[in-house]
Amino acid sequence: MKRAFPILAVLILAFLGYTAYEALVVAPTEQTMGNVQRIFYYHVPSAWTAFLLFLINFVASIVYLIRRNPAADMIALVSAEVGVVFCTVVLVTGPLWARPVWGIWWTWDVRLTSTLVLWLIYLSYLMLRRFSTSGQTPVLAAALAIFGALDVPLVYFSIRIFRTQHPQPVIGGGGSIDPRMLHVLLINWAAFLGLATLFCWARYRLEYMRREIEETQALEALLEPRGSR
Amino acid sequence: MEWRSKDAINSMLFFALLVVVVFSFSFDPNAEESRQIAGGLVWVAFLFAAVVALNQTWARELRNQVLDAYRVSPAPANSLFMAKVLGNFIFVAVLEGLMTPLFIMFYQLRALGPAWQLIPVGALGTWALVVNGTFFAAMSLRTRSREIMLPLLLFPISIPALLAMVSGTTAILTGELSARFWIILLASYDVVFTIACLLLFESVLQAE
Repeated sequence: MKRAFPILAVLILAFLGYTAYEALVVAPTEQTMGNVQRIFYYHVPSAWTAFLLFLINFVASIVYLIRRNPAADMIALVSAEVGVVFCTVVLVTGPLWARPVWGIWWTWDVRLTSTLVLWLIYLSYLMLRRFSTSGQTPVLAAALAIFGALDVPLVYFSIRIFRTQHPQPVIGGGGSIDPRMLHVLLINWAAFLGLATLFCWARYRLEYMRREIEETQALEALLEPRGSR
Repeated sequence: MEWRSKDAINSMLFFALLVVVVFSFSFDPNAEESRQIAGGLVWVAFLFAAVVALNQTWARELRNQVLDAYRVSPAPANSLFMAKVLGNFIFVAVLEGLMTPLFIMFYQLRALGPAWQLIPVGALGTWALVVNGTFFAAMSLRTRSREIMLPLLLFPISIPALLAMVSGTTAILTGELSARFWIILLASYDVVFTIACLLLFESVLQAE
């Protein structure tokens, strides 16, 4: 296991380099938007990865509440953290693209607003984990994660009605994407998923070791003879 | 319970009043503009006042280990929760009842749409704030700096409910759009989160 990690890391980094080449050089230049459109190969895969990680967080939280399995809690924590990172990438690359193409940095559109709200919810989840002092943080966090996930469809519907004027569809409304672009998009997504796995794995191991150390220290404090202090 | 300490209600009333006055200075609205912005103003004032009240909900139980007594008592956790929610609901509703005439007075409000619809919007909106607020207050009880933790948890989750309250109120006041969708959205928000709170409260209460 320990040896697998650096090997996987090198493989994924190489793959990322290859997909960056594909996205920046090989993929055809978009007719109207020009090279700005290439940010799309980073924006969309990050979004998909973030949403997938939030889904994992939701499932892991439910599993934790039912089984009280510490591994499920660690998966929930890790997926929320890495998910927030990818979601931040989405929220940063979006305005960078929107400024030259739409002429504005931000618009209160359905997808933009939903993503922002999602980001806020999971940030508050991480804040709760950071600020909570009790040993029962996982239970509280899992409950909050379920609330957050329940909130997502409500957010989406409310904003959809609130802002009916939808700017041009982000992915050209579906069928109109060039197959070569789709190909580059998909391999980029694969690379991003690999990167996310790598992050999660590293973070999981770190969290696991942190808990082991905490446990050992607690045990040592118990075993220490009373007179020695 | 809450009436025993007059601090809470007095400070909340004063706070909401301040919001009304400060906003009217900063916007200086005429009747038409005030219809557009009043929905947002009213609910921002109520939201902040409600957070003040919700922070008190469980904090007073900590003082004499009452919460531990609840934990060991055979009474079901959910009835404790519902009692707290109902208490807060009445409390916030009274506050809203007192503040609404002031808003009408200061902003010369007159609903152009069906005014009776303000009652379901108000009731459902208050319930949405209070049910989640009570739950998150119990949750943030065990955290450092819990007064600031409650709004941090409550506001992101409440965004759809807030949007529905504000848009519903504005729709009724301006009379341009129908508020029915917003009332339905608020009702479904209330149902979903009341059930979620009842399902999860037991484990949150037991979390030491």
